[in-house]
Amino acid sequence: MHRVLSEQRVRQVSYVPDSGHARLINLVRADRSMRAIPLTTEEEGVALAVGAWLGGEKSVLLMQSSGAGNCINMLGMVNECRVPLLALVTMRGHWGEFNPWQVPMSQATVPSLEAIGVVVHKVEHAAEVEETVAAAGRLAFNTCRAVAVLISQRIVGAKQFK
Amino acid sequence: MAKHRKPTLDRRQVAAEILKHRGDALVVPGLGAPTWDTAAAGDHALNFYTWGGMGGAAMIGLGLALAQPKRRVLVITGDGELLMGLGSLATLGVQQPRNLAVIVIDNEHYGETGMQQTHTRLGVDLAGIAKAAGFRASGTIYGGAQLKAWIPRFYRQPGPVFADIKVTTQSAPLVLPIREGPALKNRFREALLGAKAFE
Repeated sequence: MHRVLSEQRVRQVSYVPDSGHARLINLVRADRSMRAIPLTTEEEGVALAVGAWLGGEKSVLLMQSSGAGNCINMLGMVNECRVPLLALVTMRGHWGEFNPWQVPMSQATVPSLEAIGVVVHKVEHAAEVEETVAAAGRLAFNTCRAVAVLISQRIVGAKQFK
Repeated sequence: MAKHRKPTLDRRQVAAEILKHRGDALVVPGLGAPTWDTAAAGDHALNFYTWGGMGGAAMIGLGLALAQPKRRVLVITGDGELLMGLGSLATLGVQQPRNLAVIVIDNEHYGETGMQQTHTRLGVDLAGIAKAAGFRASGTIYGGAQLKAWIPRFYRQPGPVFADIKVTTQSAPLVLPIREGPALKNRFREALLGAKAFE
């Protein structure tokens, strides 16, 4: 994923903490051509992407599906203004989940993102991650749209409570 | 809690006074009255008026400031708008954008939606929060002389700079700028990036 973001000249990478994205976050933090921007809530990253694009830079948001609901109204701005946004979303509350409180937002992730105009690409197998992120980035930045790649919990693994 | 001090400044005069000195600065007005105030001070292609996305103005300013480190970026927003995105002050504090100022035109009320008091009328000190979040300069402005002294800081002091400007609840005539999102975005990007805006 880091290679794809680098090839597509993404400069601003915002994130909320996520173990599924931990390695990517470390690679971004070590990459001098990218700016790692930790957020207090996911919607900040949506607004950040608007400012980045106004200034001529590409921005990517790394988050968990638990945060999709936080973004909805801010995604309305992205939709109305036709600002490109690439969101890389690791799924919680799904494949092999232990925590029941994660399940409702997981179930609502695809319908709520699609309802606010986000194009959703799902990835179920690790071998498809790179090509899907690359395709989603091209779609987002070439057509000025919000695109979310949902990465299955089958790939990143369910959180272990022990 | 400190005793409440009655605001005396006029929001339109404050916005006009600040923007008179804008030079080549990029301006992000928060939705509602700050967007009307900014439009009233004179329309400009480098104003990205927001009509929605409440709570996002400071973060739009951050994305823009990081993308354009040589340009000054002013976020001019309202107390209600900033309160909805209060966490963004912490995010800005971490990033330390040297070219960004966040200016709140604070009438202590939700003027667009029924004039209910905001948290700032009830004792919340936005400048104190910004200072604690790591802003390099932060203050609350009550008077004209004080505003005059602060204006050069908005444009030149290494940021992030924060100011909470207390204004009366006196409403001003609506001055509505263009509102279609793609038109605002394209106008801004073309003025800033030239032909590259459409690559």
